[in-house]
Amino acid sequence: MKKEWPLWEIFIRGQHGLNHRHVGSLHAPDAEMAINHARDVYTRRKEGVSIWVVESADITASAPSDKGPLFDPAEDKVYRHPTFFDIPDEVGHM
Amino acid sequence: MYAQMVKSEAADGEQTPEDRAFQARIDRGEKIEPKDWMPEGYRKTLIRQIGQHAHSEIVGQLPEGNWITRAPTLERKQILLAKVQDEAGHGLYLYSAAETLGVSRDELFEKLHSGAMKYSSIFNYPTLTWADMGAIGWLVDGAAIMNQVPLQRTSYGPYSRAMIRICKEESFHQRQGYSIMMKMAGGTPEQKEMAQDALNRFWYPSLMMFGPSDKDSVHSAQSMAWKIKINTNDELRQKFVDETVPQAEYLGLTVPDPDLAWNAGRGHYDFTEPDWTEFFDVLKGNGPCNEERLGARVKAWEDGAWFREGLSAHAEKAAARRLAAE
Ligand SMILES: [Fe+2]
Ligand SMILES: [Fe+2]
Repeated sequence: MKKEWPLWEIFIRGQHGLNHRHVGSLHAPDAEMAINHARDVYTRRKEGVSIWVVESADITASAPSDKGPLFDPAEDKVYRHPTFFDIPDEVGHM
Repeated sequence: MYAQMVKSEAADGEQTPEDRAFQARIDRGEKIEPKDWMPEGYRKTLIRQIGQHAHSEIVGQLPEGNWITRAPTLERKQILLAKVQDEAGHGLYLYSAAETLGVSRDELFEKLHSGAMKYSSIFNYPTLTWADMGAIGWLVDGAAIMNQVPLQRTSYGPYSRAMIRICKEESFHQRQGYSIMMKMAGGTPEQKEMAQDALNRFWYPSLMMFGPSDKDSVHSAQSMAWKIKINTNDELRQKFVDETVPQAEYLGLTVPDPDLAWNAGRGHYDFTEPDWTEFFDVLKGNGPCNEERLGARVKAWEDGAWFREGLSAHAEKAAARRLAAE
């Protein structure tokens, strides 16, 4: 039998209150071992308080060629930002 | 450098519109990500370079691993253990980065084991005394830092991110080495002699880490255009010498180069080039420890096979049990 351990994507919560962030990947036979390995590979210096592991094969990513259709529409919607609106100083803090 | 003499796959023939658009992205400072279009040469050269870099981190554990059981104090032992463990981590970050380019981990290992892929020549030298642990941290990790810091800006996203992670950890490596050197150089005459001897043996092999002289490195131009090589070999080597010489002076040790001299006109040290015949010879497999190092890697891989397979079998069984219980 000759089979590579599957690849896992590793997400670490750096501090309480923050989101888990993708930090990299590693090979492991199962989720439990992936967490063990992630502890050794990605948190040797107290970089985390929590670990998520997801098998890479289970991630669906947007295609680079879809970048335009997906994200360009946001470009002409500057009114979504508060700074688009001029509010007179007399109104006070808003 | 941990990756020496990486053969660059220059584009043969005319540049296509895709090639030009790709180069424009790099020139604008954009990062290239795994799913983006890239020229075949870029992909292949990167696999070679990142792979060689990863192999160097992994094989690089061996010369220092040699001294873990014989560290002079428990504290030094813990520090060395942590340092060597970091190098394992560096190897893993880099293998993962290489895999995003479509090569498998096993393929990379097989190529290392068969000799098809190289690792840095520096790890084919023996570690004879405890002072060598100092010299390696100070000089070898020092030279690696010189090379890795600019590579944080490399064009390939996963490689750049791996380099950023690695650079955060390297400074500890160099400082723990220098701290060993300070202890030895400030110790008994015998200890100081050991420190001097370690410097004598590791000086030129460290200079070789940056690869051959610019006039002999044929592959630089394409790699530099692609921003997978940021500085030339000679630039980095000079920078290393300029930084290291005052550090040796502080230790009261002598750099084993009678022609080493400050050149006020250039604003740099003049120094003797390493023996390039020796370099090519070590790279070819004829260094003092090539067989031993590669032998240790192959043995670890083969001896670990039953364990890797056992864990896979356990994982499959557990998954089947979970499915049945649902
Ligand atoms: Fe390293
Ligand atoms: Fe290191």
